[in-house]
Amino acid sequence: MLDRLQRAAFDYFVVNTNRANGLVADTSRPGSPSSIAAVGFALSAYPVGVERGWIERADAVERILAALRFFSKSDQGGTTTASGHRGFYFHFLDMETGLRVWQSELSSIDTALLIAGMLTAALYFDGESAVETELRQLADAMYRRVEWRWAQRAGGAMSQGWKPECGFLHYGWDGYNEALLLYILGLGSPTHPLTDASFEAWTLTYQWENIYGHDFLYAGPLFVHQFSHAWIDFRGIRDRFMREKDCDYFENSRRATLVQRDYAIRNPRGFVGYGQDRWGLSAGDGPSVAPQAVSGRRQAFYGYAARGVPWGPDDGTIAGSSTLASIVFAPEIALPAVRAMAAGHVGGRGEAMRASGFNETAHEPAAAGWISRGEFALDQGLTVLMLENFRTGLPWQIVRGSPWIRAGLRRAGFKRGWLASGASA
Amino acid sequence: MTLASVQDAASAAAERERLGHVAPIGWRNPKPPGAYDLLVIGAGPAGLVAARSAAALGAKVALVERHQLGGDSLNYGSIPTKALVRTARMYSDMRCAATFGALPPADIQVDFNAAIARLRHIRARVSRTDSALCLARQGVALFFGAARFVGRNAVDVDGVQLRFRKALVATGSRSQLPAIPGLAEAGYLTNANVFDIDTLPASLLVIGGGPLGCELAQVFARFGTRTIISHREPLFLPLEERDAAQMVSDGLARDGVEIHLNTTVTSVRMEGGRKVAELVIDGNVATTTVDQILTGIGRRPAVQGLDLESAGIDYDAESGIRVDDFLRTTNRCVYAAGDVCLESRFTNTAQASACIVVRNALLLGRRRMSALTVPWCTYTDPEVAHVGLYVKEARRQGIPVKTFTIPMHDVDRAIADSEDDGFVKIHVREGTGHILGATVVARHAGEMINVISLAMVAGLDLEALDGVIHAYPTQGEAIRMAAGAYMRDRPSRWTDWLARAWVRL
Repeated sequence: MLDRLQRAAFDYFVVNTNRANGLVADTSRPGSPSSIAAVGFALSAYPVGVERGWIERADAVERILAALRFFSKSDQGGTTTASGHRGFYFHFLDMETGLRVWQSELSSIDTALLIAGMLTAALYFDGESAVETELRQLADAMYRRVEWRWAQRAGGAMSQGWKPECGFLHYGWDGYNEALLLYILGLGSPTHPLTDASFEAWTLTYQWENIYGHDFLYAGPLFVHQFSHAWIDFRGIRDRFMREKDCDYFENSRRATLVQRDYAIRNPRGFVGYGQDRWGLSAGDGPSVAPQAVSGRRQAFYGYAARGVPWGPDDGTIAGSSTLASIVFAPEIALPAVRAMAAGHVGGRGEAMRASGFNETAHEPAAAGWISRGEFALDQGLTVLMLENFRTGLPWQIVRGSPWIRAGLRRAGFKRGWLASGASA
Repeated sequence: MTLASVQDAASAAAERERLGHVAPIGWRNPKPPGAYDLLVIGAGPAGLVAARSAAALGAKVALVERHQLGGDSLNYGSIPTKALVRTARMYSDMRCAATFGALPPADIQVDFNAAIARLRHIRARVSRTDSALCLARQGVALFFGAARFVGRNAVDVDGVQLRFRKALVATGSRSQLPAIPGLAEAGYLTNANVFDIDTLPASLLVIGGGPLGCELAQVFARFGTRTIISHREPLFLPLEERDAAQMVSDGLARDGVEIHLNTTVTSVRMEGGRKVAELVIDGNVATTTVDQILTGIGRRPAVQGLDLESAGIDYDAESGIRVDDFLRTTNRCVYAAGDVCLESRFTNTAQASACIVVRNALLLGRRRMSALTVPWCTYTDPEVAHVGLYVKEARRQGIPVKTFTIPMHDVDRAIADSEDDGFVKIHVREGTGHILGATVVARHAGEMINVISLAMVAGLDLEALDGVIHAYPTQGEAIRMAAGAYMRDRPSRWTDWLARAWVRL
């Protein structure tokens, strides 16, 4: 089952990539623009595809090079119709022209996910051929070009984004979230590194909580506990905060997964299906239908949203890919849940695991529930990487070899474990 | 006489009664004797508490009020908003009757005049205990007029000089208008006049998502006004923790408030008798047309017109009168209390600070403001209450902090009441049960936080709270449940080991 799901997820990138510029569609829906994060996941997924024989090495290199060449030549003017600015890129780009769409923000986290993909590809494709050499050179140049320091706010924390229309967005990266990877890449930069104050400022907003009997660094949605772990093996390495708590970020994600299940068992809002084997609230698509009465309350539906536990938002929508990605942290509870959800009557035959979300409470369009149409790149990318980390640990092994990421981790205060050993364990 | 006219007459009578208490017409200021032991400027919550308690000690006390006794809290703040909050909650409960297993009324019509009439009755009733006559009976020399310092130990009240040994400045704070082009010309409501309107606006733009802005936005939305709230920051209630602010936002959205975060109102203009506001959200411009705008919710200390310089009192237009931890100003004989000098602008903080001043000024006390434990609450639905340190503050001070969180959906009584949105979070020094602070989000959070304040003031830790048997079922039990979570989590002690060994025997 896992092999089938992982292969199907990988095929998303094979099908939904513009071969001319390497850009990957955000969703498989017609007219979808590219999300730069989707490209990052694609570039990281190709090594998995090559190892598993799902794609020829040369084909993978060609796809990656197309993307790298595009980004290296992209318009970095920072105008309302450019592709990027100061080494960062706008969140959504036109699939054909590669120029900004939807007035999207110059996104720090999505640039980090893209760069993580570039570095992963550069570490894996270590051949001497001209194309693989060019691939490595371009990836290195793209990383060096990012002016991380520029996006650091006065207080030290990173800004979430910038727009040509209004400058930096009001909000920074506060509270624990998926930005862990962003800080590590920013701190490890040999050219425009973040200051030490950045990580301190960020971790100052952490909340260590005991919820349902589990101690953990709190964040509501599952993807927050998963994204950075797609690339970095946080087992046994600890920063100051985790040393103080006698925990690590991997174990923390395991506990966050248990909290998700415990919430679904409680099911405080009475959604259909929630229980021991049906949980997983994360960022994803959801129904945009009229409110309906659920357990006597008027329940609104939120469409695409970052759902989380235990404070919501929650409208009964489960992001199956987040449950699937949980296998790496807590297989004993995630595997039975994935089996049950894949066989469920909403989107049977595994569809619930590939769709961005499903909801058995919503009466529309059918009494049996709602399922998101098509597939979303981030879900598929997370599935490929996390299942591979569960099966062989390949993405983690590759990324351990990055001197920049090791440097970033050390500057963030991480010690011991595989960081204490040589170049790659 | 129709019901409406009876209601109007009663409402007007209540208003007359209140004014008779707080600003009696024809009041004759007393003749000042020699120097007063304590002269208090401003008869808001801080000034009233100080004047009454000083008089009770037998001190010769003068109290000077420029406008109305009770200050903002009674006349334009805490009390009138809470009166409206209750009425609005009733309408909300009627609409959500099905949630409580009841049949919603067939036709729910909002009677705004009735809500305002009730507010006026409540205001009049509360004003009885602090009326001008009451104060005079308690031995307070009450002066109506504007006070300004004319020396280090004297003030002038409308041409009459009052001398003092000690003085307290408790003039409070005033609404601060955001600098928005066209706003003044278009007209707006502030907390000072919003309770005087007699018709419910069909639409309302609330500028500013602090506590009062959020409370009033929800109130008007529940009354049926199309309500829009704009706030510059990504979350409401900038002081509060993220989850709490998010829950307030969710609560407002459930009541139909249109929420615009990260939004700045850049201009207002009149068009066809209505107000057109231009909003900028992350660089995108939008316009909205409304009948009323409510703003001026930010506060600035009321330091103008006091001639503080004449008495050698340092102040700043933004942060107010400069005081030390004993609430003394740069003039050793003059103290300040409440909004005019404190960052935390709450009625209870003002009152508590006034008590400190009376002790320190008259009884050679050395009470410190920093030693106070002051809870506060925002009365949205759900309410958000807080006491002590926030996690961020504790971490900034290098204190290892851990939070015990009980969702209200785990509390039996909250489930039975269908009021299970929210949480109790108690922050402790890691490895101990010592309470650093707490946040409660719940329908009655304001009532619940008091137990945690009591524990903090009395020095009770979570182990002690765990031993306090609560009435069952109550929503307040969430606090004992948090203490129970701590007890299950704390490192085992030799007594635990002994107990286990005993059972195994």
